[in-house]
Amino acid sequence: MVIDWLPSVLIVTLLVLAVIGGVRRANLWRAGQPDKVNIVAGLLAMPKRYLHDLHHVVERDKYMSRIHVATAGGFVLSMALVILVHVFGVGHQLLAGALLVALVLMFVGALFIAKRRFNPPSRLSKGPWMRLPKSLLTFAVTFFVLTLPMAGVLPEGTGGWLLTIVLSIGIVLSLSEMLFGMTWGGPMKHAFAGALHLAFHRRPERFGGGRSTGLKPAELGGKVHGVAKPSDFKWNQLLGFDACVQCGKCEAMCPAFAAGQPLNPKKLIQDMVVGLAGGTDANYAGSPYPAADGKGKALGEAQGGINNVITAGLIDADTLWSCTTCRACVEECPMMIEHVDAIVDMRRFLTMEKGKTPNKGAEILENIIATDNPNGHSPASRTHWAADQNLPLMKEKKVVDVLFWVSDGAFDMRSQRILRAFVSLMKAANVDVAILGDEERDSGDVARRLGDDATFQSLAKRNLATLSQYEFNKIVTTDPHAYHCLRNEYGDFDDDGVLSKGASGQGVEILHHTTFLNQLVQQGLLKLDAFKGGKVTYHDPCYLGRYNGEYDAPRELLRSLGIEIAEMERSGFRSRCCGGGGGAPITDIPGERRIADMRMEDVIATSAELVAVGCQQCTAMLEGVVEPRPVVKDIAEILVGQLAEEVH
Amino acid sequence: MSLNVVSLVSVGRHPQSGRARRADQDGRAVELGLKLVAKALSVVHVGDPDDPVLRQYAGMGLPSMTILKQDKSIDAVPILSQFLQQEKIDIVLTGVRAESGESSGMVPYLLAHALGWPVVARVADIVSVKDGEAQVLLALPRGQRRAVSVKLPFIASVDHAAEIARQSAFALGLRASIESVESVGEVDRIRVDWQESVAKSRPKRLKTVKAKTAAERFKAATAKPEGGTGKVMKNETPKEKARAIFDLLLEEKVIR
Ligand code: SF4
Ligand code: SF4
Repeated sequence: MVIDWLPSVLIVTLLVLAVIGGVRRANLWRAGQPDKVNIVAGLLAMPKRYLHDLHHVVERDKYMSRIHVATAGGFVLSMALVILVHVFGVGHQLLAGALLVALVLMFVGALFIAKRRFNPPSRLSKGPWMRLPKSLLTFAVTFFVLTLPMAGVLPEGTGGWLLTIVLSIGIVLSLSEMLFGMTWGGPMKHAFAGALHLAFHRRPERFGGGRSTGLKPAELGGKVHGVAKPSDFKWNQLLGFDACVQCGKCEAMCPAFAAGQPLNPKKLIQDMVVGLAGGTDANYAGSPYPAADGKGKALGEAQGGINNVITAGLIDADTLWSCTTCRACVEECPMMIEHVDAIVDMRRFLTMEKGKTPNKGAEILENIIATDNPNGHSPASRTHWAADQNLPLMKEKKVVDVLFWVSDGAFDMRSQRILRAFVSLMKAANVDVAILGDEERDSGDVARRLGDDATFQSLAKRNLATLSQYEFNKIVTTDPHAYHCLRNEYGDFDDDGVLSKGASGQGVEILHHTTFLNQLVQQGLLKLDAFKGGKVTYHDPCYLGRYNGEYDAPRELLRSLGIEIAEMERSGFRSRCCGGGGGAPITDIPGERRIADMRMEDVIATSAELVAVGCQQCTAMLEGVVEPRPVVKDIAEILVGQLAEEVH
Repeated sequence: MSLNVVSLVSVGRHPQSGRARRADQDGRAVELGLKLVAKALSVVHVGDPDDPVLRQYAGMGLPSMTILKQDKSIDAVPILSQFLQQEKIDIVLTGVRAESGESSGMVPYLLAHALGWPVVARVADIVSVKDGEAQVLLALPRGQRRAVSVKLPFIASVDHAAEIARQSAFALGLRASIESVESVGEVDRIRVDWQESVAKSRPKRLKTVKAKTAAERFKAATAKPEGGTGKVMKNETPKEKARAIFDLLLEEKVIR
């Protein structure tokens, strides 16, 4: 270059601007509520979380993972070397050579990113994101040429003024994107916010293969219940929203989006960003919230600010109520953003502060409060289903090996068939079991997902108090929702260690019935004949799979009957929700299609005649699909049909 | 002139669980009051100011509630009538039926008697209030309505045909101020001797339905009974009317 000092001045200027932007952005996040995080440990753990946990998610898309490694790795390396070589003037040829290699790596990666942008899938955002690959390429080329003389490939001063001007423009353009844009809200923001989000994540247990799915308790009695304004989120939740790369993986997986309900998790997160930074959604360049009338709100109409009530102008309440809390988005998100937490936080405001739970919501909550079950049945009729089951009550037995948590399926005739099947199996295996009978209450799952954390907490505490009177080693339930509450959410209220310590001091084992039955089969306690029906597929309930990581036991059980499972395309951690979670059937937000119908289409695509499930709610949703369709049965029902000896 | 509306509320009882709750019709009385005068509505209860059920009413968006603090054994009517006389009230809203104790059932009538006001029973809606007169819709069986105009002040008992009580928001209930007012009461002498027992639904007369299809059954279940035995008596003397009722009761073996 003719003017030696120009590149370094440009680089330093943009670096300084980036730092200023970074501080400003951090101040936006700090408007959120305090949350305890270990700053130092988080920062130290960040590289590992990035390389291991985040890449574990990105790895699912091999193409993307490789080009991201090349581009991001190439960029980080080049940027460091650029500062050494072009700012500090470390004139070592080897360093310059390494910089050239890093730039080539980045260039190749960027080429592939550019290629994908030729015909981008609908889930990707356009707008500034279409510009990003060009900026990446500009960066690589500019600094490549700039570095050539230092590596001794070209003589100093090659190209004269013309090249100097061209390179300077290249530096400004590419660094505006890569450094300035990173902290001032450009697409590269994802790298800056994303790295910090990994460090200060609200659920650090998720890293290193852990699972953290229980909702955090709402604080009761404060100035506001739930999240009314963006500033009511914890600061690290705000930071998390900022980390979104708008890849749309969440959108592609969201059952509510696919059903044409007014929810798109990606847009939701972007609206949260609008909320925290202030302004409108005019610059959003991805798929909108689906609208039943095909029109919806025009971009630019949604307005937000850090202290504006979110549901007053930024997003519609219906968007929040469309979510089934299936966690498909969270499971898929490469930035490990927590959509469900945010959605339930905002629902808490609508229910506890506004009293605006839509449709049947208010009635169901009132029933739960007055009768401990959602449909307002007499609590004294909770055990009617078991009149002929000869099941001992905890009240009489006091000490037992297995406490069978019956759940509200007790009031529903279809679910009762599952309960009876499970009881028959336990009897066949001579399990020492008892139930709470009328002492049991709703687990609080629905109340919590509908945003009524006050009622959830009251139920949790009362259920724990009941449980504390008895001794048992295991709790087994056929309801994945109750399972999730007991296993992952009651802990926050279990001050006396009813579950964490239990009577034995070892802690109570909480199991889903499929896990428990699988143990019985493995131990040879259940003799089962081979299944001779037709083709069988298995539907993973969200609250069993994604919430609790139990994908194997149900499959092993089916295999133990000699069934070869015809897997659906979306199964395991990618299972599509049945539409029954999160109180969605209660709030019943209209869309173009029903989620259960779509799931049944998935089933039909395998040409299975029977779909095995492990949840009464999934059974109800899938059986609600009009016939002709495959038969829906809980695994307990399938097993009981294959019991080798009749139970007497 | 702004309207002065009071809703009287009680501690209800859930029909299935027997647990204390916001009484259904009293909730509707609050809802109707909110419709008429929004936050200017006064909501009054006689009893224990610490009863958590009161928060369920407050959760409907009431900034405050007035509790005339009294023991359970005290007769609510004299306290209420005294309280209502002090304020200049236009409309008092109650439920039709008690869920526990004397809550609504007799209260509107006894109060009206004490205050010398008219009672309008089974109100479905109060459409408008103008020039000291209210346009009221009364609920009749099978969704029918009767429009009447009533001079202020009056007491209205709110039917379950009225707008259902809005959802109670936990936080609003928590924040509402419950103003406890001391009052002098007397023990309810009549009530002391009461015995409470679970209400049983009246046995239904068997209807033989010879329907073959679901549609016919549906029709039979919902159709207006074509009795033909009933008779409208308008011009007869009160004595004749009473005789007719008496005869019917004999015929139905209600009295023997
Ligand atoms: S929220 Fe996550 S999955 Fe969704 S677009 Fe953003 S980064 Fe992608
Ligand atoms: S939890 Fe499920 S329904 Fe809710 S936004 Fe995520 S993917 Fe959509």
